[in-house]
Amino acid sequence: MKNALLFYGVYNRKGVSMDIFIQQVINGLSLGSIYALIALGYTMVYGIIKLINFAHGEIYMIGAYIGFFAITSMGLGFIPALIIAMIGCAILGMAIEKIAYKPLRKSTRIAVLITAIGVSLFLQYTTVFFLRPEPRIFPKILTDGRFNIFGLKAYITYQQLTIFIVTILLVVLLQYIVHFTKTGKAMRAVAFDKDAATLMGINTNNIISITFAIGSALAGAAGVMVGVYYSAINPLMGIMPGLKAFVAAVLGGIGIIPGAFTGGMIMGVIEAMVSGYGNSLYRDAVAFLILIIILIFKPTGLFGKSEREKV
Amino acid sequence: MKNKKFIAGLVTILFAVTMIAGCGGGTPDPTPSETPDSVKVGVNLELSGNVAQFGQAVANAVEMAFEEINAAGGANGIMLEPVLYDNRSDNAESLNVATRLASQDNVPVIIGPVTSSNTLAAIPVSEQFEVSVVTPTGTATAVTVDDRTGETRPFMFRTCFIDPFQGEVAAQFAAQNLEATTASIYVDNNSDYSKGLEASFQSAFEGFGGEIVSVEGFVIEDRDFRSTLTRMIGNNPDVIFIPAYEEQVALIISQARELGYEGALVGTDGWDGPRLPEVNSPENLQNAYFTNHYTSESDDPKVVEFVNNYRDAYGSTPTALAALGYDAAYVVADAIARAGSGDKIAIRDAIASTSGFVGVTGTVTLDEQHNPVKSAVILGFDDEGRQTYVTTVDPN
Repeated sequence: MKNALLFYGVYNRKGVSMDIFIQQVINGLSLGSIYALIALGYTMVYGIIKLINFAHGEIYMIGAYIGFFAITSMGLGFIPALIIAMIGCAILGMAIEKIAYKPLRKSTRIAVLITAIGVSLFLQYTTVFFLRPEPRIFPKILTDGRFNIFGLKAYITYQQLTIFIVTILLVVLLQYIVHFTKTGKAMRAVAFDKDAATLMGINTNNIISITFAIGSALAGAAGVMVGVYYSAINPLMGIMPGLKAFVAAVLGGIGIIPGAFTGGMIMGVIEAMVSGYGNSLYRDAVAFLILIIILIFKPTGLFGKSEREKV
Repeated sequence: MKNKKFIAGLVTILFAVTMIAGCGGGTPDPTPSETPDSVKVGVNLELSGNVAQFGQAVANAVEMAFEEINAAGGANGIMLEPVLYDNRSDNAESLNVATRLASQDNVPVIIGPVTSSNTLAAIPVSEQFEVSVVTPTGTATAVTVDDRTGETRPFMFRTCFIDPFQGEVAAQFAAQNLEATTASIYVDNNSDYSKGLEASFQSAFEGFGGEIVSVEGFVIEDRDFRSTLTRMIGNNPDVIFIPAYEEQVALIISQARELGYEGALVGTDGWDGPRLPEVNSPENLQNAYFTNHYTSESDDPKVVEFVNNYRDAYGSTPTALAALGYDAAYVVADAIARAGSGDKIAIRDAIASTSGFVGVTGTVTLDEQHNPVKSAVILGFDDEGRQTYVTTVDPN
């Protein structure tokens, strides 16, 4: 909202239509919520084992498919489908960690990273093989409808509102887990110094598993919401949002939870603004340009502190 | 600093991973064939990938046509053997499939692919192996005529009308029937089909005294069109022309209506299929129209028979794609019957001289540029989201 107010002054003076501007901000925040949820998973995993989990975009895709089947085959509503997708993704995330990453914990970072890319491709094409490559239409489970905002010619739909609310709830829940529970404390300890945490009696393997589970559950939730929002899902849908969320995580400062959330929102709004006031074809280019600029001028990200490798 | 280097390295890897290139090729294998009993007919279609639903519809119709022809004693006594491969809706793969059909299966003629882009990819094969390629639905001008030289491509044919005609029909309908004076165009930047239609709509609409207020583009991976649509709707166009395929159009219509756009949406035959009513409520589809090759509601006995047979065989109403596939198969069979052999050149000449052939999508006479001269229909949607016939537009 801070951004919106900032732009308000600028655009109002120039006489650019306020309605359109507000609409673009809403479009951007909806997209940003999705990026934020995915970016949180990237950042948590990086924070704890210094791995960019490139399979994370695919977990989001599988979350969308689990939601799809929960709704179409089991006839469930939005909230139960969301919860099932989150549980399914949490299990998948833990399984990936146990099978693909844990045996490599003592290897070089690049080896684990290449493995992550391998897992990503494996999940994409396994889904193509078993669930067919063509896009599927996500059933309409939220009623169509929209609110008018501040009496302007700008609208927020029920779907967008659902995305905002669910995202905020999940982020609040995550902050609660990380800062006010014993598990959260253990997670922070492992992120701070894994060996010292082990010496203090923390079961680091369990904590890493839990981190993967929580991060993957958030991606699963994002997948179901994207299905509802765009009405179509396909096995390769995770690639671009996965990369964008990675940029968002780096933008906010990788390893920092509030950074990932803010980074996601900023990315969403920037994309909407580029499409809305520039040229939609430059949207992806701008996203990656941001990554390059951040890496050159502030590699620790917006929220990053100068003391490196700490969370 | 270690961190910075690491992430910079990552970005490099990312770029490398994103770049995936496809390539294909084959060796020429000249084969004089003189088979009176049966002739193989290659079928190169999009059975999976982005436009799989189109390829499937054409494949069904082609299969049905060949079964009917063979059951009735073949094309002038020659049995037709279809050889079907999937090109995965991919240009490189379409080239691979065409090469395989021409060099390994030694077919004299290939039906397909469905999209203009995939058909353009098959042009080198048609010339190298002297195999006729008959696209049922590739509407881009460049499929049969070389843009640079203006010469007709000797082995490329189509059985549908061409893009400029659809763009003109859509512009005429928008300007005269809808009385639109301003239009925006939303183009699929990956598609030759879409870009060809953009150009012809623009010049025709301006010819009717209308004004194009904005032209925007999207790419095929896009799922979120809201930002661009918000800007487009801000210009208050009477009509938004979307020459694209149903996969994206379904989402564009739903998002445009969600953003409060109530004006007319006009499109082309890419809209035909189940997706629009699947994604959109019938209210969203009011005031949305598209040009098409045929309508299953026609009372022409030939169409009625085709629609009934197709429903019996596949349990769904044939789309225009299916109808065009069916006609393409019959045009090829008609040519093989007249050629009386499996010889590549004889079949090519026979296809080129197709005249007055009566199919389910109209009467096909190929002109010197290998394009048929046919009429187009405009379809809309009724209050249950089903396609309804609006009007017919004749060439010129």
